[in-house]
Amino acid sequence: MNMQSKVDTRGIVRGGETLKQHRDRLMDATKQTKHYAGLERLELRDSDPIKYNKLFSRLRAGVVDARETAKKIAASPIVEQEGELCFTLYNAAGDSILTSTGIIIHVGTMGAAIKYMIENGWEDNPGIRDKDIFCNNDSLIGNVHPCDIHTIVPIFHEGELIGWVGGVTHVIDTGSVGPGSMSTGQVQRFGDGYSITCRKIGENDELKRDWLHESQRMVRTTRYWMLDERTRVAGCHMIRDLVQEVIADEGIESYWKFAYESVEHGRIGLQARIKAMTIPGKYRQVGFVDVPYAHEDVRVPSDFAKVDTIMHTPSEITIRPDGTWRLDFEGASRWGWHTYNAHQVSFTSGIWVMMTQSLIPIEMINDGAAYGTEFRLPKGTWMNPDDRRVAFSYSWHFLVSSWTALWRGLSRAYFGRGYLEEVNAGNANTSNWLQGGGFNQYDEIHAVNSFECAANGVGASAHQDGISHAAAVWNPEGDMGDMEIWELAEPLVYLGRQIKASSGGAGKYRGGCGFESLRMVWNAKDWTMFFMGNGHISSDWGLMGGYPAASGYRFEAHDTRLKEIIENGGAIPHGGDTDPEHPIWEGMLPDARIKRDKQAITTEAMFKDYDLYLNYMRGGPGFGDPLDREPQKVADDVNGGYLLPRFAQSVYGVVLDGAGDGLKGVDQAATVALRQKIRQQRLAESVPTQEWMADERQRILAKDAGVHVQQMFAASFKLGPRFEQQFRSFWDLPADWRLMEADLPIPSYGREYSMDISELPDVKTVQFVEE
Amino acid sequence: MAYTKAKIKDLVDGNIDRDTLHTMLSTPKDKERFQIYLEILQEQVDWDDPIILPLGPKLYIVQRKADRKWMIRSQAGHDFCEWNQNWKLHARVRVRNTAAQMEELYPRLMAPSPEWQVIREYFCPLSGDLLDVEAPTPWYPVIHDFEPDIEAFYKDWLGLPVPERA
Repeated sequence: MNMQSKVDTRGIVRGGETLKQHRDRLMDATKQTKHYAGLERLELRDSDPIKYNKLFSRLRAGVVDARETAKKIAASPIVEQEGELCFTLYNAAGDSILTSTGIIIHVGTMGAAIKYMIENGWEDNPGIRDKDIFCNNDSLIGNVHPCDIHTIVPIFHEGELIGWVGGVTHVIDTGSVGPGSMSTGQVQRFGDGYSITCRKIGENDELKRDWLHESQRMVRTTRYWMLDERTRVAGCHMIRDLVQEVIADEGIESYWKFAYESVEHGRIGLQARIKAMTIPGKYRQVGFVDVPYAHEDVRVPSDFAKVDTIMHTPSEITIRPDGTWRLDFEGASRWGWHTYNAHQVSFTSGIWVMMTQSLIPIEMINDGAAYGTEFRLPKGTWMNPDDRRVAFSYSWHFLVSSWTALWRGLSRAYFGRGYLEEVNAGNANTSNWLQGGGFNQYDEIHAVNSFECAANGVGASAHQDGISHAAAVWNPEGDMGDMEIWELAEPLVYLGRQIKASSGGAGKYRGGCGFESLRMVWNAKDWTMFFMGNGHISSDWGLMGGYPAASGYRFEAHDTRLKEIIENGGAIPHGGDTDPEHPIWEGMLPDARIKRDKQAITTEAMFKDYDLYLNYMRGGPGFGDPLDREPQKVADDVNGGYLLPRFAQSVYGVVLDGAGDGLKGVDQAATVALRQKIRQQRLAESVPTQEWMADERQRILAKDAGVHVQQMFAASFKLGPRFEQQFRSFWDLPADWRLMEADLPIPSYGREYSMDISELPDVKTVQFVEE
Repeated sequence: MAYTKAKIKDLVDGNIDRDTLHTMLSTPKDKERFQIYLEILQEQVDWDDPIILPLGPKLYIVQRKADRKWMIRSQAGHDFCEWNQNWKLHARVRVRNTAAQMEELYPRLMAPSPEWQVIREYFCPLSGDLLDVEAPTPWYPVIHDFEPDIEAFYKDWLGLPVPERA
């Protein structure tokens, strides 16, 4: 009897490897040689640099063109107005070669999905064939949050797989517990809405009918969902066609080499930029954000989630003399029962978005930078959770607040070298997110997520103020959008839109200010809305004497009787809530039920026509001592609505006087005297740091701090023993001083027990960082 | 791309013109910037101990001529500590941990809640200059934010002689 002991099957990758064999070979070579894919020399680039650059330029222009063209297909203002989309080209192993503009955090996230398919045998089942279409939004394998929907298309040449193209859009709704793409009510992933794990949704370039029927009813905003999908598919197909054209012109060998050399090129490029722009050494910083869930207006299904907590991310950047670097997040908080958790890939990929604005402001954004960086994210932290129940829908709440600290670290390097043009005191906490839903003005089931906060204030630099109402860290091309377009998309009319005075952090150069929009509910039915942003904590600090940006608050008004007030020709709220310490709208709405407080995160509240909602976008942090700010600039800020007049004196030491036409000028002599007086006051009101430390140590020994503060430290101690040791050593604490979550009067579910998806049958997770 | 000392001084003074700024941002960095920058800063301080590395607009690592020690010094001339220590531990600090203190900086409701976050202002003991602001939770250790590897920076990255250190 003849027995065949081994069947050799030809893989789908060019040359005959399976996807798994191909990736394993590349990763082994990378590990052994420290060069991506073992590429110790870049043959194509070195032998034919013109062709190499021609390939790069054509492909890069093509992915940008695909983005610009495809976004016109979308009806969602998030995509069409804000540009919340991105297309990326990958090699066969799922490593990105280059990407378009837009939400480029997805350079890594879609690659993670491709790698998940490779590692989990998608090649055999469901099979990967030319003209297939895959969809993914699974945050447990690398996505940022479920509302970022990936469309992934393999690229074949002469029957063999040569790469992939991915497109992503941020959709308005994913059918989560609450309407809006980044809802707050759920505390587990099962409430985050529709979750799709690298599912084959199309063959022969056609979407499957079962997919279309299922997916459109899994979300509230069906029309936007379907047009967003067509946007992604169209862009992916444009790029696939482009690759085929480029191969026809330049040859498959050249393209194949480029697809790997470009990644190594990106890795080397990062190292060179680190040496060209920074200073070797250690940089330490920390970020915080508030999770105020004990409040009555945060309605969650689980009592164990109804607690106030603080999320915490200390970081240490080590830049070595050889230009390599390591980012260590020892001491970060545990994941929590809220929607602010993040996958390791979204945490690290987002850092590349930041770096494109300073360290690597080049067009070749690809996975080379990731291969050039060592990340350590301890397992079990909020940015590397070890439990498959965690929710992700607003992972940005703490992503942006953690990353802003990294700006400070890098900016110390830029400042030290004299590259003041690169210094950035930090990024704003990109909120508020106006979200909600019900029936809209067109009598359809609807959800809203205003992306006005794609235009927050920018952090100050070391030579100029931060730009006001300009950008968001997650989308360098962000825009606040036209009011008229938002009014078409939402049953909310604008009663005002203005600069948010005093929202930017003070400094010699102040942070850019955010802005605020006053919205009146109009023509909505069975309507709800909620708030999502930072409130008790300002998550960006300021740099070298600059102050943090202002923190958030909420204003909502119900039962306003505005209909009658308007009919009677009375005064109505409009413009902005210019000085929340001296509000004027309340006087115009004598019978209204108003909520005006620091509770900047809420869950769905009922709204009806003529109710009001203030959407306040945060500012950026400041740089340098405010007493060193040129006095006239302070007067200009007051005249322009960027600063409330009383802070000219208390913060900047500037005495204003009249400059005609109702404008303010500067009383120079009085300003000099006041600034001198403030400096003396500072010395009189301050103490030697060691003296303050002795008092603070006593407070620590006495456990004198809010439970939320104690919980934050206790959770960080458990996951970060080095962090605890440093804390104990800094405060010289006795051995019997202990701080354990179990001893605190609040529940801490998840403290001891967790279970990751890697424990599910037949699942192989991909590890991207040191844990 | 190289820049004149005058242009770099414009940048330091906050007066850089838009075209030059754009060039600075969009073209490869000028390695010689560091030395020109140090020259400019040295001309702006009232003491003549050489600046080794700027840490902030009014804070420097200097080589103290008297004993060749590398010290962290304020613009006003206060030596906090040796270069590799945390200068903030040797400064004066004011901690804002009440609503009234916060509302000197921010309008009510736009200020952090002091039971969640405090503001720590670190001053030069000579001049009252504000050199750094920290905004952590209560209890948070004072952060030692930067430990530069000056030797590798000077010698390996810039090809400059490392200033003598006692």
